[in-house]
Amino acid sequence: MSEATSQKIPVTVLTGYLGAGKTTLLNRILSENHGKKYAVIVNEFGEIGIDNDLIIGADEEVFEMNNGCICCTVRGDLVRIMDGLMKRKGKFDAIIVETTGLADPAPVAQTFFVDEDVQKNARLDAVVTVADAKWLSDRLKDAPEAKNQIAFADVIVLNKTDLVTKAELAEVEARIRAINPYAKLHRTERCSVALADVLDRGAFDLDRILDIEPDFLNADDHDHDHHHHDGHDHHHDHGHGLKHYHDEDMQSLSLKTDKPLDPNVFMPWLQNLVQVEGGKILRSKGILAFHDDDDRYVFQGVHMMLEGNHQRKWKDGEPRQSRLVFIGRELPEELIRTGFESCIVS
Amino acid sequence: MKEFTPAPDSTSIVSVTDRVKPVTLGMGVTAVHFLGPRAAFVGAEENVAFVDSQGEIGTVAVHSGGILSVASDGKRLVMGGDDGKVVSLDPKGEVTLLATDPKRRWIDAVALHPDGAFAWSAGKTAIVKSGKEDEKSIEVPSTVGGLAFAPKGLRLAIAHYNGATLWFPNMAGSAEFLPWAGSHLGVTFSPDNKFLVTTMHESALHGWRLADNRHMRMTGYPGRVRSMSWSAGGKALATSGADSVILWPFASKDGPMGKEPAMLAPLQARVSVVACHPKNDIFAAGYSDGTVLMVRLEDGAEILVRRNGTPPAAAIAWNAKGTLLAFADENGDGGLLEL
Repeated sequence: MSEATSQKIPVTVLTGYLGAGKTTLLNRILSENHGKKYAVIVNEFGEIGIDNDLIIGADEEVFEMNNGCICCTVRGDLVRIMDGLMKRKGKFDAIIVETTGLADPAPVAQTFFVDEDVQKNARLDAVVTVADAKWLSDRLKDAPEAKNQIAFADVIVLNKTDLVTKAELAEVEARIRAINPYAKLHRTERCSVALADVLDRGAFDLDRILDIEPDFLNADDHDHDHHHHDGHDHHHDHGHGLKHYHDEDMQSLSLKTDKPLDPNVFMPWLQNLVQVEGGKILRSKGILAFHDDDDRYVFQGVHMMLEGNHQRKWKDGEPRQSRLVFIGRELPEELIRTGFESCIVS
Repeated sequence: MKEFTPAPDSTSIVSVTDRVKPVTLGMGVTAVHFLGPRAAFVGAEENVAFVDSQGEIGTVAVHSGGILSVASDGKRLVMGGDDGKVVSLDPKGEVTLLATDPKRRWIDAVALHPDGAFAWSAGKTAIVKSGKEDEKSIEVPSTVGGLAFAPKGLRLAIAHYNGATLWFPNMAGSAEFLPWAGSHLGVTFSPDNKFLVTTMHESALHGWRLADNRHMRMTGYPGRVRSMSWSAGGKALATSGADSVILWPFASKDGPMGKEPAMLAPLQARVSVVACHPKNDIFAAGYSDGTVLMVRLEDGAEILVRRNGTPPAAAIAWNAKGTLLAFADENGDGGLLEL
């Protein structure tokens, strides 16, 4: 992590549908003996059971940026609050932004990419989504907001697992995975998750986009063997235990190649893709191996916003493999695959 | 002004850095105003530090938290804090509590009228208190970005998302909405009461000619404009946000419509604060690399007040007579210059 990055204050975005347990998790974070001080931006005052000077009430105000990009929205209230909070730099170690149950996480995340002043002082750490094991399956059917929050998440706290049967739990997990196979998933009762699993995740840190394998391939709470995931058919090729769903409108798409990419073709393609399809693409990430380039290139994006950089030299013996992940709604899969393949140096 | 004697050629720059009385405040600073003979440096949190011409420092506690907003008329400061309080500070250092938000919300913006009326905002509500009259409040469609009183009459401009609202607090139903897409943060009236200008979340200013609400788009900044200052007599509006001071012409009845701004004092750093001299056509500007310059409007001639190599300049102000200049960087290192 660069020095400038490490000095920026980490911001955790806490989302989750109404009643999932956001406030429970927040209270846990604040009451645990971690020796850290958090500035907390909440929507409803009074639900937090902890005395803390740095609890700030916010009205979620979603502002469009005047840059001709319709999906480029920011949280105007956050811009203002971050500005005020910076006057108290040194009085807190991290910031937690709790959104309302019906919020789209994108404007919050975009605030940290678009606003120059916010970006100078703070960095988005991760989007943590609390989900209700009992009701999430229903909400995914009738509440687009709930689906957005799952799709956007870096960490999913699947809460209230004590209120469902094993079969119901398997079902809700499978539904989550159909939308977002990449988030870290933690099953909890009363949000009892280790704080290290939700805070300081570095999910938006380019230097830490090391592992973009689907989470369930790495999860140590599964005891069965996995074969490696192939790029051409996404997350429904392993028939072991878990039921598999294909969410009708929200999916993820992963692409992979062992052949080098042509940066002069790939970059314009990616930029054009997010310009044209950015409304549908919620999150994107990639590790890239370019032709005639000994450096790994990493990028990530939120809707139309992209940031990327040469990260480090490829190590000796490390396979120079390019991997991309898109999570979004009605992703034009064939178009993306064909476009990606045209970037491969033949 | 006799003191302003730049070098005759452009290759060298006259420096008055050795005449600056250094000030070390040991606190983050966000603004400075003169109250009587003393400079009042407003801290990022809790305190205001008075500095007299001898460099003597006296600190006064004003808020129990961050100081979010400040306005001054030269006779007092009015400040709003994240403790939900509106307080005033007089030149003797006396603090008066003016108002407390019942929900302890942040006081995001304050404004001060020449006749002593003051205004503040919390969330979407702006409130005016004038003399012994009851407080009057107005709700705008989104959180208030900035407040400014018109130079004449009791009229308040409220900047918010998608425009600004003009309001006569003593006249029911008088709110007039001036629309312009985007988020408006700071706001100022021209001294002749003819124009209203806002700073936007985007790197731009927006203006309205109040006679006919005609729009003035003032764009092209590389960064957000955080500091604006009217030149003596209101002939120009000097602004931060670029690597030179951008001055928009306001001398004619059309203001800057169809005109190019003047761009003075370019450096390899972003202008962070600007303050025009109250009487002469001179301004002082502070930069993101800590440099402070005095600049003549007429020809852009510069005098160096402080060298670069420090945190960004965060506060700059002249006293009412224009004989003293005070400045400080973000960390509270600054100085006083007597002219």
